[in-house]
Amino acid sequence: MDPIIHMLDLVFQYKKDDLTPEEPAVDHVTLRIERGSFTAIIGRNGSGKSTLAKNINGLLIPTEGTVYVKGLDTADPDRIWEIRQTAGMVFQNPDNQLVSSIVEDDVAFGPENLGVEPGEIRKRVDESLYAVNMYEERKKAPHLLSGGQKQRVAIAGVVAMRPECIIFDEPTAMLDPHGRREVMCIIRKLHREGITIVLITHFMEEAAEAERVIIMDKGKVMMDGSPREVFARTEEIRSLDLDVPFTVDLAERLRSRGFPVPDGIIEEEEMADFLCQYKSRT
Amino acid sequence: MSIQVKNLTHIYSEGMPYQTIALEDNSFEIADGSFVGIIGHTGSGKSTLIQHLNGLLKPNSGTILVDGLDITDASVSLRDIRQRIGLVFQYPEYQLFEETVEKDVAFGPQNLGLPEDLIGERVREALHLVGLSYEDVGQRSPFDLSGGEKRRVAIAGVIAMRPKVLILDEPTAGLDPKAHKDILNLIERVHREENNTIILVSHNMGDIAALSEKVLVMHKGRMVMEGTPGEVFKKAELLLGMGLELPPAAGFMELLKQRGINLENMPLTIEEAVEEITVWTGNN
Amino acid sequence: MIRDITLGQYYPGESKIHVLDPRVKIICTFAYIITLFLVRDFVGFAIAVGFLGLIIILAKVPLKFIFKGLKPIFFIIIFTFTVNMFMTKGEPLAEIGFLTITREGLYNAFFMGLRLILLIIGSSLLTLTTKPINLTDGIERLLSPFRKIGVPAHELAMMMTIALRFIPALLEETDKIMKAQMARGADFETGNLLRRAKSLIPLLVPLFISAFRIAQDLAMAMEARCYRGGDARTRMNAMRFHTRDALASLCMICFIALIVLQAYYL
Repeated sequence: MDPIIHMLDLVFQYKKDDLTPEEPAVDHVTLRIERGSFTAIIGRNGSGKSTLAKNINGLLIPTEGTVYVKGLDTADPDRIWEIRQTAGMVFQNPDNQLVSSIVEDDVAFGPENLGVEPGEIRKRVDESLYAVNMYEERKKAPHLLSGGQKQRVAIAGVVAMRPECIIFDEPTAMLDPHGRREVMCIIRKLHREGITIVLITHFMEEAAEAERVIIMDKGKVMMDGSPREVFARTEEIRSLDLDVPFTVDLAERLRSRGFPVPDGIIEEEEMADFLCQYKSRT
Repeated sequence: MSIQVKNLTHIYSEGMPYQTIALEDNSFEIADGSFVGIIGHTGSGKSTLIQHLNGLLKPNSGTILVDGLDITDASVSLRDIRQRIGLVFQYPEYQLFEETVEKDVAFGPQNLGLPEDLIGERVREALHLVGLSYEDVGQRSPFDLSGGEKRRVAIAGVIAMRPKVLILDEPTAGLDPKAHKDILNLIERVHREENNTIILVSHNMGDIAALSEKVLVMHKGRMVMEGTPGEVFKKAELLLGMGLELPPAAGFMELLKQRGINLENMPLTIEEAVEEITVWTGNN
Repeated sequence: MIRDITLGQYYPGESKIHVLDPRVKIICTFAYIITLFLVRDFVGFAIAVGFLGLIIILAKVPLKFIFKGLKPIFFIIIFTFTVNMFMTKGEPLAEIGFLTITREGLYNAFFMGLRLILLIIGSSLLTLTTKPINLTDGIERLLSPFRKIGVPAHELAMMMTIALRFIPALLEETDKIMKAQMARGADFETGNLLRRAKSLIPLLVPLFISAFRIAQDLAMAMEARCYRGGDARTRMNAMRFHTRDALASLCMICFIALIVLQAYYL
């Protein structure tokens, strides 16, 4: 099956006013994202992950190379709206995504732009708000909501456009732990319902929930694999100024004390299992 | 500089039908030179509380004694309070406004009426404390810097006033792992070199557990718990019931407890967790 | 903390006037204001005042709010009154220094003053009974037919919608910035006008930058949600003309007819 997102030797260079040659923000990246998958892209600030995300839905057009969404070229101005309807995007700042001063009107914004028939819009708005648990708040003004609630409304606004894929650009960076949990819960739910998820984040615990983890640095893909494969390479990860999930860190430290912790443990439950077995054997 | 808060109460829109009690009868002490962490769910009153400590808000009732001086008294000059107690808000980089980093950091000391040469000294020291070089960034526009650097400039702006008490509201909010660590190191360094009192408000329990000598827990406008990190994070169920998390190490220990594994002491950091597990398995 | 800001002077309610279609209310308000200039004598004004009084009663808005709208233009009313009183030529009634008060002047002053008051109250009623967002919607739909001749109805409405959305956010941001600068010893209160103006720089610069940042983020989010201007856009909330709107329009037409008849034929 064709991948839903296909980046072919993508290079992106921000244009600066002075003529000093700059490093490209995205430096020759080739990636295929399969339908229905859950991919996390992590990297420090300046690694190019956000720039990569914006190249997917055509907010940025490649300097070199091509990006295909559902087979459509993002550089094609005639197909860009189809592309953006297929690949929706949720941004980092919950406040600055909401256009209207009434929640349900904001969720309707996307479908209205697509020219969807009013009765259908109403239906989609209600469904989307239910899906993110914000139906009760549909008549409220956004500035009265918490960060997590606002972000859920933003997600509903994208869901109402019936995308096949949603790109989340650091959606929890500005939220408190409670808000983060709410948003991750919805992301998991959307994935279960078949939507392709691309999650840009620097929270390792969030990346660990994905099926595939891609680590970027200086615009290049440094690592690409399952969470277990990727997080095993702890030294490399640390050299990129990133953290590893708590359990991985603990496993590594215990190993250095002589504990025979098996490779690939990333869940707390697995670590607890190991410790129980180990204790009962000694 | 010790702080004593007695029966602090603050009501928003008092007398109106939609009044909210933001703070209710809070009393606590903060010892001179200590590092105190304040935790609580969003809306528990943390922000309101710290704004009282530097005189931005006045309580409806109660007193706040800073080194014996009651700052709730109308006769106390706000300038005096703000020179003693510095407050760094969330996302402090949003308050930068000057043409150069130097001028922005100098804003605070200027407002205190310090002489020019002393201001220059303060700016350099403050930038040094936050890990920035005056030669590198002093004459650049603050808006040309990276996110992490901007935040450090903003913090330097408050440190340049050399407050005896430095309050930081979620100083690591929105930062990536490296910048997060940098800010924590910065705070530790300031505490060490300035010998001042630090009050850290944060949602990151790992940070609070690692750095604080004392933890204050806010819930719905009241201070419901007070103690060392060890004492506070031991009450796992209580904290979880208030919608708060545990530091990762303590959280893991709770999981082990559910499996019937009881470590002798509760670990607050990953290092302590390793120690405790080692002891428990007899693997010394 | 600035939590619940009601914008403009909207007075929440579900009265017969509140629930009318905003387009009808906007047109009726304009019509009322125009008819005010057709009125010529006391009887005519009596009808105009009576009609307005009826609307006020139906709208269930306390009088205190109605008169609030008059406060800002109190001096303009006095000024208009005085100018008309002294400057109109006609049968002299009294003299003060070198200024003459004429009978015509007195009538004019009174009528002009009353017109102004009724005009303000009439417009106030519009904003008191219509939510800003509905007002924006109404204006957009009324101007829509003129898009063909170049009126940017949709763009204007979009601007107003976004402004309404972000005014509370910007007010809160202002509060935060003020507090942050005050914590650094900034003083927005003391000093002469010049000094106080200067002291606003640490407040205005960050505020403008915030506003630009919001605009940038918002534009990107709107584009990502396929916004491409007003063409081919549909609306979830279709504005429907109800019986009550027809009734209200009828009443308005009757009122206008009455005024015209009274002024010119009776």
